[in-house]
Amino acid sequence: MSVSPPYREYHPRWYRPRMSTWWWLGRRSYVAFILREISSVFVAWTVVFLLRFIYAVGSGPDSYAGFLDWADTPWVVALNVVTLAFVLYHAVTWFQLTPKAVAVRLRGRPVPDAGIVASVYAGWIVVSAFVAWLILRG
Amino acid sequence: MADQITLEVTRYRPEREAAPTVQSYAVPVREEWTILDGLNYVKDRLDGSVSYRWSCRMGICGSCGMTVNGDPKLTCATFLTDYLPGPVRVEPLRNFPVVRDLVVELSDFMRKLQTVKPWIVRDDEKPIDDGEFLQTPQEMDEYKRYSMCINCMLCYSACPVYGLDPDFIGPAAVALAQRYNLDSRDQGAADRLDVLNQHDGLWSCTFVGECTRACPKDVDPAGAIQRYKLTAAMESLKAFLLPRGSR
Repeated sequence: MSVSPPYREYHPRWYRPRMSTWWWLGRRSYVAFILREISSVFVAWTVVFLLRFIYAVGSGPDSYAGFLDWADTPWVVALNVVTLAFVLYHAVTWFQLTPKAVAVRLRGRPVPDAGIVASVYAGWIVVSAFVAWLILRG
Repeated sequence: MADQITLEVTRYRPEREAAPTVQSYAVPVREEWTILDGLNYVKDRLDGSVSYRWSCRMGICGSCGMTVNGDPKLTCATFLTDYLPGPVRVEPLRNFPVVRDLVVELSDFMRKLQTVKPWIVRDDEKPIDDGEFLQTPQEMDEYKRYSMCINCMLCYSACPVYGLDPDFIGPAAVALAQRYNLDSRDQGAADRLDVLNQHDGLWSCTFVGECTRACPKDVDPAGAIQRYKLTAAMESLKAFLLPRGSR
């Protein structure tokens, strides 16, 4: 099959509006999407913060105390509060979207979306419980 | 119930104006009337120069997609009574060049659709005497949802990625590729992967999800794309780990 049509397209003057930079403000779901995209910046910040934390712990007590002082400064606390909100939003929205990407069948029957979401939350709880146990056991 | 409602219709007449304008028409409200019935009333009784596409009036042909109060809708399935007291803004589908009034140019999609081979591809054609290819109801369930697509373009109109980057192959083309990929009779998945496993194919999609919300036939193009991303990633991984393995 030929890709280009055998006829000549007739278009005297098409009107082609450009999308505004602020296109995403016009609809709630677009705003939710843009916030989800921005949340990845805060996820990256979480990684940087944790790496600094691990590095400080590895470099001895003085370094760890210095890290705690830095982490206690108002701007870091404020940033981490905002980060927590965005990371939770990131996790919850992606959990909700999981059934779109994975189609699971159990004994020949498709697993309902709610079942897939529930299994992701269950995984989150199991991992969190394991980490809590690791930290609190001794 | 009010006996009239105002349709604010976008007009674009390229021979006399550089940008679209809005023209208002008062049309009768009847319980069973859709936006399309309102437009047909305008065309028949008030202003024969209004241009728009329509055909079946029953959500099958996919011709009458327009933007109604900002949302992409099939105007034959959108009722005037849901917009009382009005007015109702009727605009052409977004993200497409406007040819005239409410008529948009769709050749871009038609070109892209062909590239994903939306038909059953066979390596080996068996003789007609051997009979049909049999399929279980479960095998049919795998792709049936995606086969409901009527090419109405509401998903392209809802997709900001397509609006910002017109090279993106778009939601319906991927959903239709999946419709054949998941068909037990088809053997063309590798051909389609070559077209779709590209930046302008699958990977432009940032999963806004509006295509699925806009779809009047419950096709779920966003789901089709995400599932296919998983397949494409697995195939790429396989090709990397087993470069000599046949696909």
